[in-house]
Amino acid sequence: MYEALESGIFLFGLVGLLQGNSTTFLDIVNKMRPGLTPLYNGGVMLAADSLGSYGSLARFRDVKRLFRVTDKAALACSGDIADYQRDDECGGYTRELNAGALHCWLTRVLYNRRSRFDPLWLECVVAGYKDNEPFLGYVDKIGTAFEAKEVATGFGLHLAVPMIREAREKKPNLTRDDAQKLLKECLKVLYYRDCRAHFKYQLADITPEGVTIHDDINMKKETNWEVANYIK
Amino acid sequence: MFRNQYDNDVTVWSPQGRLHQVEYAMEAVKQGSATVGVKSSSHAVLVALKRASSELAAHQKKIMPIDKHIAVSISGLTADARVLSRFMRTECLNEHFAHNQALSLNKLMERVGAKMQIATQRYDKRPYGVGLLLAGFDEDGPHIYQTCPSANYYDCQAMAIGARSQSARTYLERHLEEFGSSTREELIRHALRALRDTLPNDVELTNKNCSIAVVGKGEDLSIYDDDDVNPYLEGLDQEERRGGAGGSRDAQPPAAEDDATAGAAASADATAAAPPPPPAAEDQGDSMETD
Repeated sequence: MYEALESGIFLFGLVGLLQGNSTTFLDIVNKMRPGLTPLYNGGVMLAADSLGSYGSLARFRDVKRLFRVTDKAALACSGDIADYQRDDECGGYTRELNAGALHCWLTRVLYNRRSRFDPLWLECVVAGYKDNEPFLGYVDKIGTAFEAKEVATGFGLHLAVPMIREAREKKPNLTRDDAQKLLKECLKVLYYRDCRAHFKYQLADITPEGVTIHDDINMKKETNWEVANYIK
Repeated sequence: MFRNQYDNDVTVWSPQGRLHQVEYAMEAVKQGSATVGVKSSSHAVLVALKRASSELAAHQKKIMPIDKHIAVSISGLTADARVLSRFMRTECLNEHFAHNQALSLNKLMERVGAKMQIATQRYDKRPYGVGLLLAGFDEDGPHIYQTCPSANYYDCQAMAIGARSQSARTYLERHLEEFGSSTREELIRHALRALRDTLPNDVELTNKNCSIAVVGKGEDLSIYDDDDVNPYLEGLDQEERRGGAGGSRDAQPPAAEDDATAGAAASADATAAAPPPPPAAEDQGDSMETD
């Protein structure tokens, strides 16, 4: 306990930046049901932008916060960067950990920490497969946990989730392409509307075969800021 | 096995590279009554011969449930077995709590093995004097595992441990090809027949001295004792018994087992047991509380 405190003060004095880097990340995820297209059996998709903020300062613009834990589980986190980097090390305890088990374990850890008044300041999304079924779950810093078909953190909850739900109502069985387009749309909206968002992001695609993470996708070119000219 | 100057501590190696204390602990397993485990492609079965320390006492329980999908049958020091069972149960419960899933057997065996190994490498501990046969069903199918006081564990298709278990192993080896495709009932009968081969001629399997555990695909663990065992014993009685170890009372456990260096130990047992009937073999267990 004392050690951590001391090193914290030390870092703060010397560098002054890395300590207390609370990041407000936007993170939306989408879950598809086993799909229609013959080539694709359904799976889960996750997207998160690559910004590490220091308050309002867009400090680190290439932060990777989508992780492949095992072939069956991917983890995405919002919140304190230091907390989820440590989390990443402890998460995968075997090669065969599935998404449901990871979600449960994370819930237990986060709840335990909050009950000790020493929380890991995180909002996490766990995606993957559990017993051959696609799985998507949410856990946050106070240990709230649930499974759902669409999940987001931060502004994503307000802006993206309704978009996803509306799309799903129109077309219950989204295909992979549908999901990808939808996520891109959501991210664009978030970039437009949330001043602490960024145009670079990661996309994770989890299928029965495994987890693929696409890094450094840039949506700047697809955005249209013409409207800025009309504002005095 | 003769006494020598390297067998007092488990932390002392012999010049031949052996840990005698561990080997002596394995002798304790051979003192316990027999238990047999078999698996097919869909089920895993354990049967055990329960021993009563006297006519007044109930037969000692041999099969312990660990979780809905795992059971363990013991041979050796019952008290040690209880400690290990409790450990296994907490590991399984922990998996349900922290990971919301059933603990797979290979993970469980790693942990049990690690725990048992500690006792073979510390000056202030002794090896666990019990051999376990685990039967379980997880996402990889049915499993039978055997553990030794040496902390080794073996993944088996079929296995028998305990007193006079060599005859059971012979039966199992003979029928190995049949187990994979056996039905649940056939599998239990195979196990019971193997167990019966460990009995002396004038002792029969009864619902008092026999325990059965079954777990399998789509089937949670069931343990049968007393009257519940009857349906499985029924088919067995009419069948002819093959020659077990029962033939000669003189073929005492040490000789029947693999232990070639029985030597002095065997003759001592023979002279002690020659006059009295089979219960003598069971009396050997009394002083050590092995079952």
